[in-house]
Amino acid sequence: MTDSTRPDSPLAHYVSREPFDPYTVESMTPEQEQYFMASQWRMMWWKLRRHHLAVVSGLILLFFYLSILISEFLAPYHLHTRDVFHIHAPPQALHMFHKGGFVGPFVYGYQTELDETNLRWVYTIDRAKVQPIRFMCVGDDYKYWGLVEGRFHFFCPAEGGTLFLLGTDRLGRDVLSRIIYGTRISLTVGLIGISVSFLLGIVFGGLAGYYGGWLDSIVQRMIEILRSFPELPLWMALSAALPVNWSPIFIYFGITIILGLLDWTGLARAVRSKLLALREEDFCTAAVLLGAKPSRVIFRHLMPSFMSHLIASATLSVPAMILGETALSFLGLGLRPPITSWGVLLNEAQNINVVALYPWLMFPVVPVIIIVLALNFFGDGLRDAADPYK
Amino acid sequence: MLTYTIHRIMIMIPTLFAISVLVFVIIQLPPGDFLTNQIAELQSQGESVAMEKIEFLREQYGLDKPMIEQYAIWAGIWPGENGFSGLLQGDLGYSFEFNLPVGDVVGDRVWLTFLVSFTTIIFTWLVSFPIGVYSATHQYSWGDHTLTFIGFLGLATPNFLLALVLLYLANVYFGTSIGGLMDPEYLDQPWTWGKFVSVLEHLWIPVVVIGTSGTAGMIRRLRANLLDELQKQYVVTGRAKGLPPFRLLMKYPLRMALNPFIADIGSLLPQIISGAAIVSVVLSLPTTGPMLLSALQSQDQYLAGSFLMMLAMLTVIGMFLSDLALAVLDPRIRLGGGTLR
Repeated sequence: MTDSTRPDSPLAHYVSREPFDPYTVESMTPEQEQYFMASQWRMMWWKLRRHHLAVVSGLILLFFYLSILISEFLAPYHLHTRDVFHIHAPPQALHMFHKGGFVGPFVYGYQTELDETNLRWVYTIDRAKVQPIRFMCVGDDYKYWGLVEGRFHFFCPAEGGTLFLLGTDRLGRDVLSRIIYGTRISLTVGLIGISVSFLLGIVFGGLAGYYGGWLDSIVQRMIEILRSFPELPLWMALSAALPVNWSPIFIYFGITIILGLLDWTGLARAVRSKLLALREEDFCTAAVLLGAKPSRVIFRHLMPSFMSHLIASATLSVPAMILGETALSFLGLGLRPPITSWGVLLNEAQNINVVALYPWLMFPVVPVIIIVLALNFFGDGLRDAADPYK
Repeated sequence: MLTYTIHRIMIMIPTLFAISVLVFVIIQLPPGDFLTNQIAELQSQGESVAMEKIEFLREQYGLDKPMIEQYAIWAGIWPGENGFSGLLQGDLGYSFEFNLPVGDVVGDRVWLTFLVSFTTIIFTWLVSFPIGVYSATHQYSWGDHTLTFIGFLGLATPNFLLALVLLYLANVYFGTSIGGLMDPEYLDQPWTWGKFVSVLEHLWIPVVVIGTSGTAGMIRRLRANLLDELQKQYVVTGRAKGLPPFRLLMKYPLRMALNPFIADIGSLLPQIISGAAIVSVVLSLPTTGPMLLSALQSQDQYLAGSFLMMLAMLTVIGMFLSDLALAVLDPRIRLGGGTLR
């Protein structure tokens, strides 16, 4: 073709005298660099963040879990405060304006009458009694986490007034306050239960998946048997077996352990299948050849690669536990007063009369639904994010 | 097929055996037994009349023997007072609370439990099938989001409360009598058309209530399966060849996505029986739930044990049937000799 490409003629070319750094050619933009250098957890976080429903659910969960730290402060009344003059009082609606003027958040007081034919109290709203809510106020005594005494509340009823935003129960206790206190128990039941089931799942699933062989078949059979058993009757049988003379706090731990004892099968299966796949990988063989003990191989080399999956599936099995506890307490086989969970509160709503006459006693079901939904959506998001390299 | 069936039955036997051991251990867990409680109660009242009967029962059912022997007698692999007479021989033991053989007490209840569970499975299918298909074919549409959300709501609402509310609404709007599985006047009556209709009128509440929790899971799985199938090449080919969308959907991907529907009976059944147990307590249905609860609380061990055993049996047999159906549908499974899961 042209002269310059002929092999015998020296090529005229330009050589730059500038020093040359080869890395400048394949340099990345700061964003790219951030992306490629990011750790797995960071990438999971990025992926999770794009899942809006999961983020919102996560925030709701965070809100509820933080609230259990300061339940005493948030609840306007104490867990056991009884207002004997307001038994089965309907919820007081929150108002802002009174006769066209702005008052701030307030409630109208009750007008109480005795219905002599049906022998029950009838409450009507008295538009004359304006009871502004006090904020950051001094109210019922409480012991913060049973240790420190305090009287300070986030909001309380007006002096001499009442503040039953969600009504009262058959002993005249504020339903809202009891729900706030119940959050502490209901949410921790799931946490403790899942830790038990997590531990069992990792141990059994790890043994089965890593060693295989007869150990694997035994664990597999065990899982199959537990799975083929209807969960609730088994829970019922086990919690009926808890000694009657145990203190409520022991019963609480007993119930959480029972919930965890029957739940590990799903996790164990996940661990097993992951281990079966991973133990054939080169890095695992290398670790074994270098003389690592099985425990080190499992926990140091294999575990990190599927921990995220485990956490996601654990999140998805917490709702079943919360619902399980609620069901057991509802039947009267679960937690016992004075320990108060949402299930214990719902125990009050056990018959049809409640639905007809005092429907506000069913309010504790609202947080149950919210939490279960939030955990499901959050778990789904986590599961999608668990494998950020896909 | 025959080898697969035999293989499957061989697995079932040790499973049932292990379950029976588990059940027995659990019902033995609480300290004491029904008779010791009874004796304590009678003694506190200064009575001794029934003591002979209690002694007789204690011997009859071997309550004075060590636990392993008790188990063996209950299961029918060891001769008790009446020779071999246990679960294997169809003798479920004696209910101390009702003073009747367990078989007589249980009677219809197991069948009604079966009826409720069976109807619930049908209901779950009928609801989740169209919804699952719609959600998968209209992924991320408003309809998909709404239906999925409703499904989740069903999953998140505690069964028993939903049961209460529906019961109330049914009473207010349809005048259905509260509780039970039929109107009171049909109790202990022979089966007539009126009784049948009455049962149907009452059956829908537990079925809807128990069904809601399973439906969400079913919808989710069907949707995921169908979505996987819809992305495969043969669908693209079919579309390229000009198959109408509905026909294309029916002809291939839906059939593939159906397998889990059958396989899911295995995981659905324990869930439904669990749900039935608590819902029937609330609705006071004449199924196993309420009686199991009271038997557990009063330590009526043979009644509770036999109930648990029967629930487990119902589940295991249901799973067995679903595996068989799956094997008929999918040659890969029966040739592989193993189960899907």
